[in-house]
Amino acid sequence: MTPTRFRTALRGAAVAAALGLALTACSGSGDEPGDGAGSAGGGSDADLSGSLTVWAWEPTLKQVVADFQAEHPDVTIDLVNAGTGNDEYTALQNAVQAGSGVPDVAQVEYYALPQFAIGGALADLTDLGAGDLEGTFTPGPWSSVHSGDGIYGLPMDSGPMALFYNKDVFDQYGVQVPTTWDEYVAAAKALHAANPDVYIANDTGDAGFTTSMIWQAGGEPYTVDGTDVTIDFSDAGSQKFADLWQQLIDDDLLAPISSWSDEWYTGLGNGTIATLTIGAWMPANLESGVPDGSGQWRVAPMPQWQPGDSATSENGGSALSVPDASKNKELAYAFIEYADAGDGVQTRIDGGAFPATTAELQSDAFVGKEFDYFGGQKVNEILAQSAQDVVEGWQYLPFQVYANSIFNDTVGQAYVGGTSLADGLKAWQDASIQYGDEQGFTTH
Amino acid sequence: MVTSPFRARRGDPVTQAVATGALATGGLAGAVHAPRRSRRSWKGWGFVGPFMLVFALVFLAPIVYSIYLSLYRQQLVGGNAFVGFANYTRAFGDPQFWSAVGRVALFLVVQVPIMLGIALLVALALDSGRLYGRSFFRISIFLPYAVPAVVAALMWGFMYGTRFGLIGNLNDALGVQLPNPLGPQWVLTAIGNIVTWEFVGYNMLIFYSALRTIPTSLYEAAEIDGAGQWRIVRAIKLPAIRGALVIATIFSIIGSFQLFNEPSILQSLAPNTITTYFTPNLYAYSLSFSGQQYNYSATVAIIMGVLTMVVAYVVQLRGMRREV
Amino acid sequence: MATTTPTLSRTPAAARPVRLRTGRRRSVDRPRRSVLLTVLTAIVLVYSLVPLVWLLVNATKTQAGLFGSFGLWFADDFALGSNVVDTLTYDGGIFVRWLLNTLLYVVVGAGGATALAVLGGYGLAKFRFPGKRAVFAVVIGAVAVPGTALAVPTFLMFSKLGLTNTPWSVIIPSLISPFGLYLMWTFASEAVPAELLEAARMDGAGELRTFVRVVLPLLAPGIVTVALFTMVATWNNYFLPLIMLKDPDWYPLTLGLNAWNAQAATAGGQAIFNLVITGSVLTILPLVAAFLLLQRYWQSGLAAGSVKE
Repeated sequence: MTPTRFRTALRGAAVAAALGLALTACSGSGDEPGDGAGSAGGGSDADLSGSLTVWAWEPTLKQVVADFQAEHPDVTIDLVNAGTGNDEYTALQNAVQAGSGVPDVAQVEYYALPQFAIGGALADLTDLGAGDLEGTFTPGPWSSVHSGDGIYGLPMDSGPMALFYNKDVFDQYGVQVPTTWDEYVAAAKALHAANPDVYIANDTGDAGFTTSMIWQAGGEPYTVDGTDVTIDFSDAGSQKFADLWQQLIDDDLLAPISSWSDEWYTGLGNGTIATLTIGAWMPANLESGVPDGSGQWRVAPMPQWQPGDSATSENGGSALSVPDASKNKELAYAFIEYADAGDGVQTRIDGGAFPATTAELQSDAFVGKEFDYFGGQKVNEILAQSAQDVVEGWQYLPFQVYANSIFNDTVGQAYVGGTSLADGLKAWQDASIQYGDEQGFTTH
Repeated sequence: MVTSPFRARRGDPVTQAVATGALATGGLAGAVHAPRRSRRSWKGWGFVGPFMLVFALVFLAPIVYSIYLSLYRQQLVGGNAFVGFANYTRAFGDPQFWSAVGRVALFLVVQVPIMLGIALLVALALDSGRLYGRSFFRISIFLPYAVPAVVAALMWGFMYGTRFGLIGNLNDALGVQLPNPLGPQWVLTAIGNIVTWEFVGYNMLIFYSALRTIPTSLYEAAEIDGAGQWRIVRAIKLPAIRGALVIATIFSIIGSFQLFNEPSILQSLAPNTITTYFTPNLYAYSLSFSGQQYNYSATVAIIMGVLTMVVAYVVQLRGMRREV
Repeated sequence: MATTTPTLSRTPAAARPVRLRTGRRRSVDRPRRSVLLTVLTAIVLVYSLVPLVWLLVNATKTQAGLFGSFGLWFADDFALGSNVVDTLTYDGGIFVRWLLNTLLYVVVGAGGATALAVLGGYGLAKFRFPGKRAVFAVVIGAVAVPGTALAVPTFLMFSKLGLTNTPWSVIIPSLISPFGLYLMWTFASEAVPAELLEAARMDGAGELRTFVRVVLPLLAPGIVTVALFTMVATWNNYFLPLIMLKDPDWYPLTLGLNAWNAQAATAGGQAIFNLVITGSVLTILPLVAAFLLLQRYWQSGLAAGSVKE
């Protein structure tokens, strides 16, 4: 390189560096959470001021943030999508560990909440106002945000389960929509026999699904009392699920497609996957991700273990929590109360979210809404009813995030033929207990 | 680190076969001897200093911290405590860790020779001058190197789909039932395929550049002796590029031990076959970021590092030994 | 007088300077073109290009078209234009932002890495100084260390320094390229004759002047090589930004594409695989272009060198 070219290169590098610095200056706001101008206003809404960093992946929150800022002009909110689920939890854990970069509000799914609460990463919201909200939320989510004596988040949405099914497929093969799990297995066989390319459902091992199913069956594999943890998958509910689901696995009645993959979306749209037993937040996903399926799908109550029962469980759903390291807890709480129990709820419903508040769930407008995608069916009737029927008493582990991460290593092996579901659950149990031991919990 | 730590830092001596030539002349041994006349002084530090400064921050400090971490243990309940070599003992008895090591060793033994073999053959073909459209071949086969591992894995992931991906399309079109590339028997091969695809062109270029530095006089002499093409290859070309072969092998070995990007991205498509302990790096990553077990993760990483260094050193010794 | 192509001494027979060949003369120089060989090599070519063709073809499909059509051929609709527009404007044009981020990381990171490697390689090649062997051993050892041993401690360290979630957290680690250093070192050993340096020093030139005026021009091909290598590595960097950056505004393209891909996997998320594919094409293009453009640079360098034969 000649000297002139070298100089040109140097100049180029200087420009790039300047550009870089300029970019840094332009969007510095994301880097310092809780470092806003002035203090967070206390009591009345009118004098709220300050700035917040919110980590959430829920798309409907964008509008909520905009509305909140419009109502409180002295408040600035930086809504950041720091990853979905696990990715965000990793980031949150890292930030808490490092002691910096912690947001003021974080979206935390119900199964992960105990882990953060017990770890001391979240602030107890009881004194900030959450104690007054008894009855505002449906039972499932409300109990999920409790840990010990404290309240560690406000439920944002909920996922009471229901059976989403492709009516066209069932009609085409003349199969009845199942109302019990035994009927479900029969329907699975019938559909698959009629057309080997059609499956009643897909499953490659999903921790959330499995725990929700065991929940509905009345199982309580996890018993948590402070740092005393018992894990036992040999109880009645777990065994019921394992026995039933094993039949589907053995007869190859489950499509070997992972949920949320591109093949999954395709399968939902072209009739390959006939049902989804999943949480109430699914309609929005179907509408946006499976446009081909419009008009084909309907919703039915979740199949029951005994005819005439009406037990359901929650699958997914998240709360908004305030990390303990936040310096703006009061302002943060004001925001999440607005989003989860105030005007924000309707905004999010309009955006397609499924709320966790009893008021909205019981409102006529909500229940009576006709969904074009579902052929005009009033889906929310079934979903709202399901929310009321959630079985009580379920607990998650204080390290559920980790346990779910090794689900496929253990239980997942049953899906590739390595072992039986029951054995897989036992392996999961053992691995989880081992982890608990290593982390200092008293395990059984 | 410049590169993704989980792939070998493979250089790109696009112009400079000479560099590999220098490597071949025992660069490692030779370079330590300084030229005769420069005085021993601190001036060298003026040039090496900036690099070493950043190096210390970005490299040495974290390694030291990593070693420190591996000697402690932090629990969700109970806090931080010094545990000496307990983490190491645990690692040596950990079946998941050793299954991961075994897997990358197997991967190494199969994928590296295949990839380097193909690269060598193509380089020889290009060098022989008997191809139509040599430059076109050279640049096209090299192109996959420009594709980020993320994109490559995403692409192949889409294509491997047995229902609606390319495999599925082929099944429908040809009426066969091709095996699922992401099933337990084939997943390692599938990943090996992606890695080979990514790096065959790059290695090919290393070899080709090295071949280009062979003096023509040797070929003229061989022609006078009446040697055939294959004889020339065996007797002249291969020995001459020995250095490049060794270097490429070493970096491929290091890369194989550090396999991470591709399994990590494909994991969501095959969660039951690509376990969280599929490769040692994936295991260390899961330990850190899913399990918050930073200490044990550091231990695993350190053991792998030492293992990699030992193997690379052995290969380098054997490879360079027969150098004149 | 130093030539522009470095010298090599390898076998006793080649005692005189050797130039890089671009072709041979005589019968050795013009062998018969072989169709068979071409066909066999073409198999490897097809193997290399098929996925890229797949990528291009599928970038023309809409989200719905992606799943209804044969992988290697076009769907009924040709949506390349709208895909590109959508990619660039989705979510407030964040793709463009990601592109700028990547450029920033590459120019500053790879540029800095090249500079450090050049300086360091020259120092190692041409100077004796205390601690040289230690430097050598440590840097070579660095190549074998797995990134995970460094990732978390680096992250924790950077958090304490307040650097995480800023571009510096990605740039600073990118500045170290052990292989670049090694390459420059061997290259400088060969390409810069000691006599030249002595002559410059005797003329009274300081070390820095000598370096800039005398050494750099000689090192030019090596510099291009290292620059290209570090550029590719930084452009494709994935794991490091993954743990360092949480704010999507600072993502490089690799991270951004992955985030879009993962977006489909969230309740309430929107599947945008067609944008992921189109985005991938746009991500690859600059590097491919750079390779093609710089290729001419190398070619002319090679040709210029060999003319002297």
